[in-house]
Amino acid sequence: MTSAAPSELPYDPTAPLTPSGNLRRRLIVSRITQGMAVAAAFIAVAALAIVVFDVVKSGASVLSIDFLIKDPSQYGVGGGIRSTIIGSAIIVGLGAVIAVPIGVLIAIYMTEFARPGSRIAGLLRMGLDLLQGVPSIVIGIFILGLITEPRHQDTGFAGSVALAIIMLPLVARSAQEVLRLVPSPLREASDALGVDRWRSIITVVLPTGLGGIVTGSILAVARAAGETAPLLVNDSTAAPHLTFNPFGPMPNVPVQILTASEALNPAGFATAWGAALVLLVLILIANVGARFLLARSRRKLTG
Amino acid sequence: MLGPAAAPKSRLMKMLADRRATERSRGDQIMRALCLAAGLVAALVLFEIAYQVISGAQPAIAKFGLGFLVHTAWAPNFDRFGAAVMLYGTGVTSLIAMIIAVPLSIAIALYLAMLAPKSVRTIIGPLVEMLAAIPSVILGFWGLIFLAPFVHAHIEPFLYNTLGFLGIFGPPQTTGLSLFTAGLILTVMVVPIIASLSRDLFLTVPNDLKEGAEALGATQWEVIRGVVLPSTISGVAAATTLGLGRALGESIAVLSVVGTGATIQKSWFNTGNTLAARIAQDIQYPVNHLQVHAIFYLALILLVLGVATNLFARTIARRYDVSRTI
Amino acid sequence: MTERDRDVTSSVPSEDVVPRQRIQTTDAVPVPAPAPRTDGARPEPARATVFDIRDLSVFYGSKKALDWTSLKIYRNLVTAVIGPSGCGKSTFIRSLNRMNDSIPSFRIEGQVLYHGHDIYARATNRVEVRRRIGMVFQRPNPFPKSIYDNVAWAPRNLGLKSNLDERVERALRGAALWGEVKDRLKVSALSLSGGQQQRLCIARAIAVEPDVLLLDEPASALDPVATASIEDLMHELKHRYTIVIVTHNMQQAARVADRTAFFSLDPQERVGTLVEYNDTNVIFSNPADTRTRDYVTGRFG
Repeated sequence: MTSAAPSELPYDPTAPLTPSGNLRRRLIVSRITQGMAVAAAFIAVAALAIVVFDVVKSGASVLSIDFLIKDPSQYGVGGGIRSTIIGSAIIVGLGAVIAVPIGVLIAIYMTEFARPGSRIAGLLRMGLDLLQGVPSIVIGIFILGLITEPRHQDTGFAGSVALAIIMLPLVARSAQEVLRLVPSPLREASDALGVDRWRSIITVVLPTGLGGIVTGSILAVARAAGETAPLLVNDSTAAPHLTFNPFGPMPNVPVQILTASEALNPAGFATAWGAALVLLVLILIANVGARFLLARSRRKLTG
Repeated sequence: MLGPAAAPKSRLMKMLADRRATERSRGDQIMRALCLAAGLVAALVLFEIAYQVISGAQPAIAKFGLGFLVHTAWAPNFDRFGAAVMLYGTGVTSLIAMIIAVPLSIAIALYLAMLAPKSVRTIIGPLVEMLAAIPSVILGFWGLIFLAPFVHAHIEPFLYNTLGFLGIFGPPQTTGLSLFTAGLILTVMVVPIIASLSRDLFLTVPNDLKEGAEALGATQWEVIRGVVLPSTISGVAAATTLGLGRALGESIAVLSVVGTGATIQKSWFNTGNTLAARIAQDIQYPVNHLQVHAIFYLALILLVLGVATNLFARTIARRYDVSRTI
Repeated sequence: MTERDRDVTSSVPSEDVVPRQRIQTTDAVPVPAPAPRTDGARPEPARATVFDIRDLSVFYGSKKALDWTSLKIYRNLVTAVIGPSGCGKSTFIRSLNRMNDSIPSFRIEGQVLYHGHDIYARATNRVEVRRRIGMVFQRPNPFPKSIYDNVAWAPRNLGLKSNLDERVERALRGAALWGEVKDRLKVSALSLSGGQQQRLCIARAIAVEPDVLLLDEPASALDPVATASIEDLMHELKHRYTIVIVTHNMQQAARVADRTAFFSLDPQERVGTLVEYNDTNVIFSNPADTRTRDYVTGRFG
């Protein structure tokens, strides 16, 4: 058999390995699109940097120990964030106390009790998805009709319930992800020893997944801490006094920021920026920390 | 839940599984019931939301009917309410956000999934997600103080001079508070959602598909265009729909920068209003009961829109399947 | 069409056999026998060298995967790469068209010369390399597109849009798939069987008319019938292309290959290394190295 002459091919294979034919143009196109992708990522990071920078620049001048230990002024200018930070903490904390157990129980059902392809699990998943898709202002309106209107009073508690509804799908989903990562052999060993399902769950599965569940809850809490709409509808109060009673009006940071930003007096903006800075820093730290811990616990379970 | 059991143990495992299935202990039944009760609570909340919003809107529905959707006047003191201005504003702001956010997010996702070196990816990825963590009230405040003046001073004149013939870019108004600025703020909120979901999708494209394309002498962009994008298209569409849902429902950030205008104008540089922003705006100091019912009517429309986009996203996502048959 | 019983003497030029040392690897250059023919037939031309691999070592980070490999691959021959698993066969073949580049810690020492050009040189364009040196992978990996679009995709990229239908048909015929799919070209490629999908991947690769076809265990994921059809293809394809095929199946190498390279894993260093490279019949009937003899007679691996 004779060797096929190189001239049978539509190009010369012995030519140097530099772009031939239309490759030069195609490489340029590829380079341009790559450049656009890099530019897009740069725009996103730049947007984050600009917003954070502007908030820091505007709020840093207001920050002081005074700012943290004084209540907001009744006149919209000056004052601090003591009562609003504490109020927010209580409202969000109460919401977490409601949402986390329910969310974890639902996650336990989905991963431990439901058979694969179970109809109930499918419906639950859809229900949680739908819940997550309800705009937060609508959730605020819902609570308005359910709790606040009948009581004719703005309460921190109503805000907590609204935040709990917002947190629930997030907690349930992240708990489900974590529980799914708990290795099957752990459960099987427990079963083989004749231990009841519920006991295995409490003593083996939950502790193993606890880290992930906690960090998932922190992410949900960070999300809820920034929610304004439900609080605006159900707990917007002008009275800035410190209170520990959630069953009455309770000052909170998001409404403080919004009200100050709507004020006609620009001097009131300073307080708003200070509060915004504190809120932003807390939320970003919680996010970064929780994601880092979540990735680590995920690695521990799968690696 | 048996998992890959070794052959000699399988009979024992099966025995135990049967025992588990039939003789469920009291404790197990209690826990199962508890978990189901939790699920029931979630389901109940969903129905209760629908019930409250519908019943709260009922008097307004009775009074205005479907005409509510086309009336433009919103005058609480005269008992005249109509959602048309808000529907228009919601449509325009969401459209602006989608037009900018979708290509931008896909480009970001491609960068994170395929182009960035690993060390860069682990930093930029979380940074993009951080954008989603900024509370809407802070973003709205920032938009009011920083973005709106900037848009007014630089972007509006530029767009008016270059694309003014389109009609949507009219002469700059007094402030930068406008549907356009609101659309930009919504873009910032929506990009991280679509980008991180799309990035996850692009990362699931099987390596051997990409290698097969590369081995055929394709450039990086050709691999993306020919293999990565087509095989993830419905997932990206679902992610886009989820982003749209977010844009439709955002109230506080939009309220801060949209200027709360009361009329429908052709130019996007005019003030306007959206469903969510109007609800947030009016609910603080309602003048009469009818206004509250009208607000609930707006909330009902918003609820329907939110649920519809969510269900739509789910149907698209279910059709999505990158796995191959062999 | 099939040449299952290869005619050994007609496909491979005779060579000067030089006594070999036990340890060193050799590859004798197949040149025509110097003795003049008396029957008036024209002497066989010397075969061109397509790849000249010189002292190639492959590293993944600090771990060396392939050690000091040197051999030449000749035009229009089927060259098989055999050896036990983990001996670096896949690493070797993937280094021939820079498919290892995407592995971040990948590094080479030595040279891979393709028609005299170093494919790892700075001036070399990776995409151009792959245009000329195509690859078919172990698991069939058709795109989720129609059969037609799978084959037509790369030619379209290359701008070979005229007579696309003809090109697709030619490629599918060349992969012995045309008859089975000609009525359903618009059907999704994923609906084909495993063997058909792999032949589609071969059609896809030859549609751009490469110079070389690299096949990384192309039949290992297939049933025996599909495997046989792939093997039959080799005998046809080598008329137009130079083929390098990695296989863990010795009998397959014996059936399809003109020359065979035997790689093995050095037990102490845990590094893959080329042990022996020669005409297939020599490797299998009269190997020079004991390691080769052990492997082909099934004593290990």
